[in-house]
Amino acid sequence: MTMRRLINLKRVEARRIYLTYFIVILAYIICQTMSSTKFLSSTMRGMLVPICAYMVMAVSLNLVVGISGELSLGHAGFMSVGAFSGVASAILMQNLIPFAPVRLALAMIIAAIFAAVAGFLIGIPVLRLKGDYLAIVTLAFGEIIKSLLNNFYLGVDSGGIHFSMLSDTTRLLPGGKLIIRGPMGISGIQKISTFPAGFILVMIALMVVFNLVNSRSGRAFMAIRDDRIAAESIGLDITKYKMMAFVTSAALAGAAGALFAMNYSTIVANKFDFNTSILILVFVVLGGQGNMLGSIIAAAALTILPEKLREFSDYRMLLYAIILIITMLGTNNSEIRSFFAKLNPFKRKEEAE
Amino acid sequence: MIFLNYFISGISLGSIYAIIALGYTMVYGIAKMLNFAHGDVIMVGAYVCFYAVSRYELHPLIGIILAMIVCTFLGIIIERFAYKPLRQAPSLAVLITAIGVSYFLQNTALLLWSSNPKVFPSIIGRGAFKLFEGELSISHVTALTIITCLIIMIVLTLFINKTRLGKAMRACSEDKGAAQLMGINVNATISMTFAIGSGLAAIAGALLCSAYPTLMPTTGALPGIKAFTAAVFGGIGSIPGAFLGGLMLGVIEIFAKAYISSQLSDAVVFAVLIIVLLVKPAGLLGKYTQEKV
Repeated sequence: MTMRRLINLKRVEARRIYLTYFIVILAYIICQTMSSTKFLSSTMRGMLVPICAYMVMAVSLNLVVGISGELSLGHAGFMSVGAFSGVASAILMQNLIPFAPVRLALAMIIAAIFAAVAGFLIGIPVLRLKGDYLAIVTLAFGEIIKSLLNNFYLGVDSGGIHFSMLSDTTRLLPGGKLIIRGPMGISGIQKISTFPAGFILVMIALMVVFNLVNSRSGRAFMAIRDDRIAAESIGLDITKYKMMAFVTSAALAGAAGALFAMNYSTIVANKFDFNTSILILVFVVLGGQGNMLGSIIAAAALTILPEKLREFSDYRMLLYAIILIITMLGTNNSEIRSFFAKLNPFKRKEEAE
Repeated sequence: MIFLNYFISGISLGSIYAIIALGYTMVYGIAKMLNFAHGDVIMVGAYVCFYAVSRYELHPLIGIILAMIVCTFLGIIIERFAYKPLRQAPSLAVLITAIGVSYFLQNTALLLWSSNPKVFPSIIGRGAFKLFEGELSISHVTALTIITCLIIMIVLTLFINKTRLGKAMRACSEDKGAAQLMGINVNATISMTFAIGSGLAAIAGALLCSAYPTLMPTTGALPGIKAFTAAVFGGIGSIPGAFLGGLMLGVIEIFAKAYISSQLSDAVVFAVLIIVLLVKPAGLLGKYTQEKV
């Protein structure tokens, strides 16, 4: 009996995963055809890559918040580590690899590695804490990363790569080039991010997360989330599994950061602040914790929503806030939920059965 | 003497953080939620005070009292309409709602008062006390801030420990169910906590903008985060902890600005927070509860 239920559960889970892939692929095909037939406005076309980046951010944060059950308020920090390392490496490779897609892919891999290292270093202290204390420390690290990148200078010349903190003391030889310029960030970026690349990154992120969640480690994450003490008592190494989720999430966020940054000609560290972390957390919570499809839909919807509300001009962010509050109240308050359920004739029938 | 000057301005900044942190910590203690909209209540308070003083030329004290009244009602309204329906909801849902409220307040402020920075008139003038033949100068705002913080600390401690309402608050933060069985009106107590926290936020707003006189719809955001950090630093839920955390954070920030680097001061503040939390995982004065099976 239990065995059959388990198999059944797996089947439901598998169906959900395939549904997610299917919807993402379908959405990609629709957007791509719409974009190539000029059906999409230019602002919308310009938003395709950021939407992909936000989707990857949301999926990766969902791994930490939804699956591993830790509240992280500094996810934008990893995005900025990825953005800066990715863009810097893309600029360094410019002459080495003239073919842009390969350069983009390599830059994203490098960005993922840098962000993963940052995630590991941050994970050591962070994962010793619990609950709100863990949340505030991730917030603190996000702010620290932002401050450090705001004061980081990196240049390249014939003698190699030079960097300095606080002020530009790289002393580049003539012909050298300053890549990262402290608070000015990086400018003159070649826009090599494309929508297909974004789509591929979303698919990779989904594959990584789904495979991880449905593996032995993924079950360990959820066991730890649901009952830390019970999980510990059956011999699960809590720090190891938490670290695994945290580092994977950071690496994906790093790749997303590189994708995001190479869609613009200039990036600054202040772009990836606390508000960005919160924005991504909103995607995750609104989409449903642990639900990757939800994260993806929420990321797309909430990135497009402020654009679509533009006709309300000054009131658009106000409307955004009101929609956010009402959605949270509507999905979490039992009275309001039952009120809506009464309005919905299909739901009522289901309940009657 | 320079050191002492820095120290005093640190204590003054810390006093503002402490007053804001109180709002976070009291609400956390009783409702177990992080009220991210608190920073924006400060901003609203500062705007009310600004308009009362500079537009309608009221006495600054009346301006502050007006700001306190507005913020108190604002706090009660926010609690009633946004947080109360979510009493039973998971904490993350409440957190996101609080963020929604924060956006709401910021954007309402943007519509009402535009994004142009306003120059806040100091509520007490720009003079300074000169001590030790002028070597140590303490501006009136600084002195007022520190004294206000001390008064608030004493009054609040007495209120929480000596009055019936204070006792009700402590009971609710300890165990809501049991408090309700003892005849305490839990909902009213939570509303009152929000009211007190928001009223204090109005004072903090007026003091903050007297010391740093630029007022914008986003003015409250960063002090809000810093004060939240201060509350965690001292042990969230603990009222003496909020004072201690706020003061220490202010002093560390000013020292980091003066002696390390003004650009990296935020990084230093947050690094100290992380180190403190590693040594004391529940903050300086927080209770560390051991999990039991």
